[in-house]
Amino acid sequence: MQSVLEPSAAAAGPSWRERLAQAVPFLVLAPSLAATLIYVFVFTGWTLYISLSNSSLLPTYKFIGLKPYADLWANTRWNIAYHNLFIFSAFYVVGAMAVGLLLAIVIDQRVRGEAIWRTIFLYPLAVSFVVTGTVWSWLYTPDTGIQLFVRSLGWSNFTFALTTDRNLALYAIVITGIWQSSGFAMALFLAGLRSVDQDIIKAAQIDGAGVFRIYARVILPTIAPIFLAVMVVLLQFAIKTFDLAIALTNGGPGIATTFPAIYVYDLMFQRGQIAQGAAAAIMILAALAVVLVPYSLWLVWRKRREGKNG
Amino acid sequence: MADIALTRALDPEAAIAGRRYFRSRTIIYGLLTIFAIVYLLPLVVVILNSFRQLPEIAQNGLIAWPRSFSFKAWVDAWSTYCVGGTCAGMQGNFFNSLKLAIPATIISTAIGAINGYILSKWKFRGSEILFGCMMLGVFMPGQVALMPWAYILGTLHLTNSTYGLILIHCVQGISFTTLFCRNFYVNIPDDLIKAARIDGAGFWRIFRKIILPLSPPILIVTVIWQFTGIWNEFLYAVIFTSGREQPITAALVALSTNGTNVRVYDVMSAAVLIGALPPLLVYLLGGKYFVRGLTQGAIK
Amino acid sequence: MSALTVHNLRKSFGAVEVLKGIDLEARNGEFVALVGPSGCGKSTLLAMIAGLESVTSGEIRIGERLVNSVAPKDRDIAMVFQSYALYPTMTVRENMLFGMESRKVPRPEQEATLARVAALLQIEALLKRKPGQLSGGQRQRVAMGRALVRDPKLFLFDEPLSNLDAKLRVDMRTEIKKLHHRVGKTTVYVTHDQVEAMTLASRIAVMHQGSVQQFDEPQRIYDHPANMFVAGFMGSPAMNFIPAELTTEGGKPALTIKLADGETATLALFDNVASRATSKQVILGIRPEHLSRYDPEARAQKPGMVSLHAPVELVEPTGAETIAVMRLGDLEIVGRFDPDEAPSMGEEILLGVDMAHACLFDPATRQLI
Repeated sequence: MQSVLEPSAAAAGPSWRERLAQAVPFLVLAPSLAATLIYVFVFTGWTLYISLSNSSLLPTYKFIGLKPYADLWANTRWNIAYHNLFIFSAFYVVGAMAVGLLLAIVIDQRVRGEAIWRTIFLYPLAVSFVVTGTVWSWLYTPDTGIQLFVRSLGWSNFTFALTTDRNLALYAIVITGIWQSSGFAMALFLAGLRSVDQDIIKAAQIDGAGVFRIYARVILPTIAPIFLAVMVVLLQFAIKTFDLAIALTNGGPGIATTFPAIYVYDLMFQRGQIAQGAAAAIMILAALAVVLVPYSLWLVWRKRREGKNG
Repeated sequence: MADIALTRALDPEAAIAGRRYFRSRTIIYGLLTIFAIVYLLPLVVVILNSFRQLPEIAQNGLIAWPRSFSFKAWVDAWSTYCVGGTCAGMQGNFFNSLKLAIPATIISTAIGAINGYILSKWKFRGSEILFGCMMLGVFMPGQVALMPWAYILGTLHLTNSTYGLILIHCVQGISFTTLFCRNFYVNIPDDLIKAARIDGAGFWRIFRKIILPLSPPILIVTVIWQFTGIWNEFLYAVIFTSGREQPITAALVALSTNGTNVRVYDVMSAAVLIGALPPLLVYLLGGKYFVRGLTQGAIK
Repeated sequence: MSALTVHNLRKSFGAVEVLKGIDLEARNGEFVALVGPSGCGKSTLLAMIAGLESVTSGEIRIGERLVNSVAPKDRDIAMVFQSYALYPTMTVRENMLFGMESRKVPRPEQEATLARVAALLQIEALLKRKPGQLSGGQRQRVAMGRALVRDPKLFLFDEPLSNLDAKLRVDMRTEIKKLHHRVGKTTVYVTHDQVEAMTLASRIAVMHQGSVQQFDEPQRIYDHPANMFVAGFMGSPAMNFIPAELTTEGGKPALTIKLADGETATLALFDNVASRATSKQVILGIRPEHLSRYDPEARAQKPGMVSLHAPVELVEPTGAETIAVMRLGDLEIVGRFDPDEAPSMGEEILLGVDMAHACLFDPATRQLI
């Protein structure tokens, strides 16, 4: 009926079949695990090493220390790129969050056709940055886009020529970025607003708080973690900005809208300064780490604290 | 008597409340409408222009009600327009993108499902740490991987080929798909797995008979996320492919920076729509799952 | 012959030892309940018997066979889970067949077993439904059915009734008992509910902090709890614990306890326990039902009856009986009264204490003297 193991054999520990069965999950996981770990650690280490080498047109492995980094930071274009990244990130993150929050709160007022509104505000996210950038670049073009349209309505002095102005082109990218990503912020905020315990809101209403006060004092504070999550994700988008700027302004006019990610591409594949390009890539990684490491630590800390309380 | 008096006393307040309600509703729908116009404007402009004729666009600008109608731009964009010397339109690039996105989506989702199953239901010593390390892949900026990929694709003779991009997206997608699936499977009660083990089912049988039948929601989310992500990806596409091998996203940029002074907005509108249509369709058909993917991706 | 033997079983998670040398056995056809508060290790013990948790040290034998490192599927066991763990995407029928399919039981045999068990549990009408379409009680039956089709050596139940509402729980308890009588399979049943353990089990293992406090027949555990933990855990309302001092009264052993107003009362002991005590200080354990309104006439029939005064602080009628909380020095004691002779709030009751049922505990070791 059943296979009776010899007691002595069983006492000696699991049979080889048993051991194999126990190892199956790990064996199945191993290849993709290895690929991912190589991708994360080996690739990073590799690029890090190249960034410390004298590679130019082709990667070489002669170690020269931090010189590529020094060269990079001495370069005007890189400094503009880094500067742009800060300005862009600030305006883009704040803008997208503000618009997203506004839309989420408005939609949360039991509006009719909620699904339709949501679909409209979120669809840009399904479209690539390339498509978004291309189309908006047309709209920004003064003699065919928005400027022409408004002038044709009668305001003949109206000017809207962001992309041709080296001081304003960055803000064209900001606006487009907000247009593209605020739906994302909206979706997350809305999910957060919906997850707030309805009893708390009822209690606040019974306490006599108005709509504005309920949002400001009760609802928004409880979804504070979502603000942080949205901010972190948007910052990530910002730091990785590449496609949008390429399609929208191609870094121009001149080098006014260069971003670190664009510069990496240029250094590596257009100018044959691979070491410096790798250094720039590592700087992008560092920027991400500055955002993500504290955030992850905070998440872990919060989890621990909840674990203790719960 | 008392009732009538009460109603009368309340009446003015009710009127004020009604007016206030009406005013707030007006503001709400007004705001929504304004934003909706801003959000829809680019899409509507592109759609309309893809059916207008070029002279009319040149004359009236991009934002104008169409006075002409033609499918010519679509035909051109699909099959005859010349980019970089070849005159076969975007269809080749479109199919490149399909050949890239479909297998890469399927493979990375399948791997993610199995990984997620292991990391949630067959935990072993150190599996949580390994999971954490795998998740670093979610945040890796593509730029850091450029040189290594260039080397690997070169060694494998996969540069300028769809297969190279498939490889890249499979490896890079594993982190995402594993994260999605693992977070979903964690919520499947462990008792189910225990019951199945006592019932004599092994690793694969439990996956096939118990986990997979429960998985459609997360598989749809993952497939949508991966497909739109891979379809829309630009950095690797533009670096590792060129010309006829390019996926459509890269080809669109090549098209719009074609160097000619006269912008062929009609053809380019059609081309942009060809490039945007598959993810848009996926979004419209699976909107609920798309949003779920977003929220999951952001808030773990 | 033993169907299950657990010998000196230990389990550690890292530095934390959750099971500290468990000894347990179940005879063929016996119903053993593992009872204890949450976190006592009872579910871990069950999971180890099932093979779902590894053994740190010690032995588990099912029948004569050592199963320490045998996979769950090869242990010839079946288990009913607290959450039922019915496969949500399968119908009831598929749920019940899954185990037999996994084991490649011949098709006709599968069908015959399914039909037999479905009839036994009266779930024939549910076979085509999915778990989501079943009520709690029906799920419970199906979960048992899935275990029964396996015809295993050993049945394991992990708090199977705790997700049911109170009424259904009592009904299902009766059903499980009937079922066990009919099927006669050795059963290990984990619960935190001492009433369940008392009503179902032929023997109970009371667990606390990773060890078995007492393993015995239900009535013996109730009447002679091995220590204060068992005494306090089994029975509701819980046993009263009253610090007391061993004295003598008229040459016979007695107990002195403090009363509300600083006075003392002396209760005669009707047992030779006093001789086993190692110190004068003891703890008197007396169950609520052994307190009553003192009736001098009844005393003749109950030789253990002694009396003392106690003010009544709270009265809780439950219908069948009335629970009263009374003050005794610094303590509150709980009595269980017939509603007809229940005290009223504020009354100074003359309380009869049935010393024949008293337990004495050593305050230092907390063990029964």
